[in-house]
Amino acid sequence: MIELYQSQRAMRAMRKAAMQRGVVAILDIGTSKVACLVLRFDGAPEVPEGEGVGSLAGQAGFRVIGAATTRSRGVRFGEIEAMGEAERAIRTAIQAAQKMAGIRVDHAIACLSGARPRSYGLEGRVDIGGGEVREQDVARVLAACEVPDLGEGREVLHAQPINFALDHRSGLSDPRGQIGQDLATDMHMLTVDATAMRNLAHCIKRCDLELAGIASASYMSGVSALVEDEQELGAACIDLGGGTTGVSIFIRKHMIFADTVRLGGDHVTSDISLGLGIPMANAERIKTFYGGVVATGMDDREMIEIGGETGDWELDRRTVSRAELIGIIRPRVEEILEEARARLDAAGFDHLPSQQIVLTGGASQLPGIDSLAARILGQQVRMGRPLRVQGLPQAATGPGFAGAVGLTLFAAHPQDEWWDFEIPMESYPARSLKRAMRWVRENW
Amino acid sequence: MRSVISLRRRERRAGADRPDYAPSRLAYRAERLWLTPSVRRIVRIGLPLVLLGGALGGYFADTGRREAVIAEISEMRSAFEGRPEFAVNLMSIDGASPAVAAEIRDVLPLHFPVSSFDLDLEAMRQTVRGLDAVAEAALRIRPGGVLELRVVERVPALIWKHAAGVDLIDASGAFVAPLAMRGGQADLPLIAGEGAADHAGEAMALLAAARPLGARVLGLVRIGARRWDVVLDREQRILLPETGAVEALRRALALNAAQDMLERDVATVDLRNPQRPTLRLSQDALAEYHRITTLNTRAGQ
Repeated sequence: MIELYQSQRAMRAMRKAAMQRGVVAILDIGTSKVACLVLRFDGAPEVPEGEGVGSLAGQAGFRVIGAATTRSRGVRFGEIEAMGEAERAIRTAIQAAQKMAGIRVDHAIACLSGARPRSYGLEGRVDIGGGEVREQDVARVLAACEVPDLGEGREVLHAQPINFALDHRSGLSDPRGQIGQDLATDMHMLTVDATAMRNLAHCIKRCDLELAGIASASYMSGVSALVEDEQELGAACIDLGGGTTGVSIFIRKHMIFADTVRLGGDHVTSDISLGLGIPMANAERIKTFYGGVVATGMDDREMIEIGGETGDWELDRRTVSRAELIGIIRPRVEEILEEARARLDAAGFDHLPSQQIVLTGGASQLPGIDSLAARILGQQVRMGRPLRVQGLPQAATGPGFAGAVGLTLFAAHPQDEWWDFEIPMESYPARSLKRAMRWVRENW
Repeated sequence: MRSVISLRRRERRAGADRPDYAPSRLAYRAERLWLTPSVRRIVRIGLPLVLLGGALGGYFADTGRREAVIAEISEMRSAFEGRPEFAVNLMSIDGASPAVAAEIRDVLPLHFPVSSFDLDLEAMRQTVRGLDAVAEAALRIRPGGVLELRVVERVPALIWKHAAGVDLIDASGAFVAPLAMRGGQADLPLIAGEGAADHAGEAMALLAAARPLGARVLGLVRIGARRWDVVLDREQRILLPETGAVEALRRALALNAAQDMLERDVATVDLRNPQRPTLRLSQDALAEYHRITTLNTRAGQ
């Protein structure tokens, strides 16, 4: 656990340094696109006091001064597959965003969309002896959480205390200063594949950038696509991305579950390519122009030229009806949504008081997907777009940028994590304590 | 393995068949360097300055070139200054008598036409003011190339007779001219004695106070460089104290008005001690006085 503390704290320190510098890059490395936003932080924002001005007002502290998107290369299922290619894609995006911002960036905050996240709910309980709850007690109760066996090659990405309870009074967001006997906490821990995370970190390092933070993409799209009351009352965000579909559940402004389905819009494209026998580029183009999931009588008559580059005139001049295209797209989209439904069911989303589901991500722009999703996921489905942040170009306000915009909010207002609290004294290994004592003796 | 090898080959030939749009690592680093604010400032401001400075320094390192440039500049300057618009052709002197005007023309050695850039008006003004007969001088160059000089002459107010000769001085005691040069100006009051000119103001006040005596006043004498005597005709003198001379004189004049003191046979009115004014009689008067007093005592006996 100590190594985790150290690496995560190093990242936090880097984030602080970046804030000091005032410029930080946001990198959303997805399967189909790499987006880079350059943020400028200029001092403390003037947050107006008043009802309804809550944590969302945190977006006033920064401004997007550069934005660039490029086609992703060397990424599959949200994980880096070919280091050199991915590095080139990141370089392209960074360079363009830097050019727009007119300033170089040295720190990057990235999100990880794949890497098989796994959520754990942890519970900790300590006796604080009837006194006031101090910072140290909070750290102790967090350290008292029983960490399950994470498995080989897993690394903790998020570990957020989501609830504190003090003597049968549950639902405290901040127990400090209160008096009680028994302090308990619930913590949500998200683990990912260590190799995927390390690959991402290494790739960013190869672009001469310092990694100032890393977050789960499902979490980030939930942060930006869910409005505040949805986050408070409970909602699920489904981020239909290129290679993966992120699922995250929020309640009381905390993420309590996150997962990814390794299916996405690229699979729809490859289905079209396979089904119609056309190149991927054409399939992508046809999908974005004519795609849909609900066929009507009109669609039987609307013929689409599918093109091709074989040189055979007959083959390259084929047409299909839109109904046929929808016939290819729909089963795959259904499969994706059903898979997401299965993840939500596994997480126990049924038991939440609110059943709101928000669809976001690039693939959610498919016409008619909301009615299809309503049939599979439940009646309370809406399409989500990311929150508007200051200076964000029009081109980057679509649902495909939910993850990137979520990261900007995360950069400005990170959630408290386990490692943000002091390490409790007793959990230090004895050796390091001895070393500290020796240092004190030698130097004083 | 085939795909990796072909990938690598494609990378190597990236420029040949289909250029990779991604920036090369070198280009990426160069761009980042260029976007660093300090580097940008150095290149955009510092470098041109250094280049310019170096070029100028290199050019002027050679003495011949430096002198050529200086000669060029001075030539341009003199050509500009020599333009007819700046030429001054004559000098007009206002407010000076012909003698003083001649003197001014003497001390200002100007050879017309002269460029107005070459005229140092302040220095010329000081020179003119340095003349004894000039109290104030103002110089300006009027449009049309005329150097206009307005002069206020010193007005002689007193004649000062001293060991070296007889001079005219003005009311402030400044030297105007020797009396001989200005012709006999007998209508001015006369003062004499060592350091009399330094107290010309007091002398003027005394003379103004002595006006009731009219033509009887011959002049003032500074005694011992410290106090005044008023010299009247019939060899009479009024000795005044060092301080409060004017008041003492007024008192004497009041006595005179009341008792005709100065009409009598008095040689000296001594007011040096204000508490004890003293009269000294002339020899004859003294003898007469003694005769009268002895006559009276005898008659009394």
